[in-house]
Amino acid sequence: MAEEVILLDFWASMFGMRTRIALAEKRIKYDYREEDLWNKSSLLLEMNPVHKKIPVLIHNGKPVCESLIQIEYIDEIWPDKNSLLPSDPYKRAHAKFWADFIDKKVNVTARKIWAKIGEEEEASKELIEILKTLENELGDKTYFGDETFGYVDIALIGFSSWFEVYDKYGNVNIESECPNLIAWAKRCLERESVAKALPKSEKITTFISELRKKLGFE
Amino acid sequence: MTTGEVKLIGAWASPFVMRPRIALNLKSVPYEFLQETFGSKSELLLKSNPAHKKIPVLLHADKPVCESNIIVEYIDETWSSSGPSVLPSHPYDRAMARFWAAYIDEKWFVSLRSFPKAQGEEETKAALAQLEEANAILEKAFIDCSKGKPFFNGDNIGYLDIALGCFLGWLRVTELTGGHKLLDEAKTPSLSKWAERFCNDPAVKPVMPETAKLAEFAKKIFAKPHA
Repeated sequence: MAEEVILLDFWASMFGMRTRIALAEKRIKYDYREEDLWNKSSLLLEMNPVHKKIPVLIHNGKPVCESLIQIEYIDEIWPDKNSLLPSDPYKRAHAKFWADFIDKKVNVTARKIWAKIGEEEEASKELIEILKTLENELGDKTYFGDETFGYVDIALIGFSSWFEVYDKYGNVNIESECPNLIAWAKRCLERESVAKALPKSEKITTFISELRKKLGFE
Repeated sequence: MTTGEVKLIGAWASPFVMRPRIALNLKSVPYEFLQETFGSKSELLLKSNPAHKKIPVLLHADKPVCESNIIVEYIDETWSSSGPSVLPSHPYDRAMARFWAAYIDEKWFVSLRSFPKAQGEEETKAALAQLEEANAILEKAFIDCSKGKPFFNGDNIGYLDIALGCFLGWLRVTELTGGHKLLDEAKTPSLSKWAERFCNDPAVKPVMPETAKLAEFAKKIFAKPHA
C-alpha cells in the first residue's frame, strides 16, 4: 500500500526538528509543509484540534501529535532501519525518562530567557544547571544511547540550534559551561539526518531578534 | 528479565503512585510498598530519583524507574507474558493512548487542581467551565478509543484508563468539598459509566483510597491559615 506521510511543521521548531530527524533516520519520504504560526492552516486545526500546534505527522490521513510520541510511532511503524529506541525495557524506560526530563525542563526555562523581560538572569542560570545535569547523564558516552544515536539525542539536539539565542539574551556562554555537551552536539551534526533538519543558528537568532522587536521587547 | 525483587516507593494518597500499583496488580506481580512519610523524603527516594525527587519510583532488582506513565510501560514490557496487555498492540492506538495520557496530565489534571484554588464566584465559574471543556474532550476521546468496548483500552483496563482513573478519588473529594458535580452523567454519560466500571475493577479496588479517608487527608494538607 502506498504510504502517504505529511509533516506540518515550522522551520525553527526544535520539536519539529525531532520528527524530521526520525523520518530521515528511517529514510522515509514525506511531504514537508511549512506552517505560518500566526495564520494556521485549516489542515493543522483539523488534525490537531486539541492543541493546534506543530509538529503534526499525518500518516495515511491519520494524525499523530506531540513530537516524542511521533518518534516512538515512527520507530514502531518502520522497525527495520536504525532503531531509535533500545529494545531492552529498562534501557527504554531510561531513555523515556531523559526525554521527558528534557521536555519538562529545557524549553520552559529557555523560553524565559528570550520571551520574558526581567527573568533572563535567573532563567539562564537555571538552564545551565539543567544542561549540566544532561551533560552529566551523557558522561563520556558518544551519544546518550551509548554507541547508538537515538531517542534522547533526537529529543535534545534541536535545542542546540537555539544555544546562540540563549547565549545572547541570557548573557551566558553554554560552550564554556558545558563543553562536553557542545562536543556531543557537533558529533550529532555529523549525521546527515541532523545536519539537514537543523537550521543554521544565525538564522534562528535573526528570527528571534525580529520577533522580539515585533513583540515590543526591543 | 522478570527476576529480581520489586519495590515501589510511594504514598497511599498519590494518584500518580496508583498508576504503577494498578499495573503491577494487572500483571500479578508481588511488590513491597515503601510508604513515604508525608512532608519528608527518604534517603532511598532522593538517591533513586535525584533529578525530580518525586514518587512513584519503581525499584526492580534495585534499579530505579521513574515517572508514573513510564513505569506503567516498563511493567507492561517486562511482564509481557503475564496478564492482559496494558498498552494497545497497534502503533497508532498506542500513539493515541500516549497522546491522551499527556493531555490528561498537562491539561485535564491542571484544570481539576485549579478548581479548589479558585477564589470567589467568578473564578470558580471559570475553573468549572475549563474542567467541563476538558471533560467533553475526554468524553469524545473515550468514544474514539474504546470503539464500543467498556474501557479506553477495550475489554480490559489499560494505560489510558489507568492514566485518567487514578484521579477519580481526588475528583470525588473535590466534588464533596466544592459542592459541585464535576463528572456529570448528563454531560459526559460515557465517561461517568466508565468511571464506575474502572473503580470496580479488581486491579483498582485494593489501591483506590476511600473518599472519606482522602477528604480527611486533603483537609490536613490544604489547611489554610485563618485570614
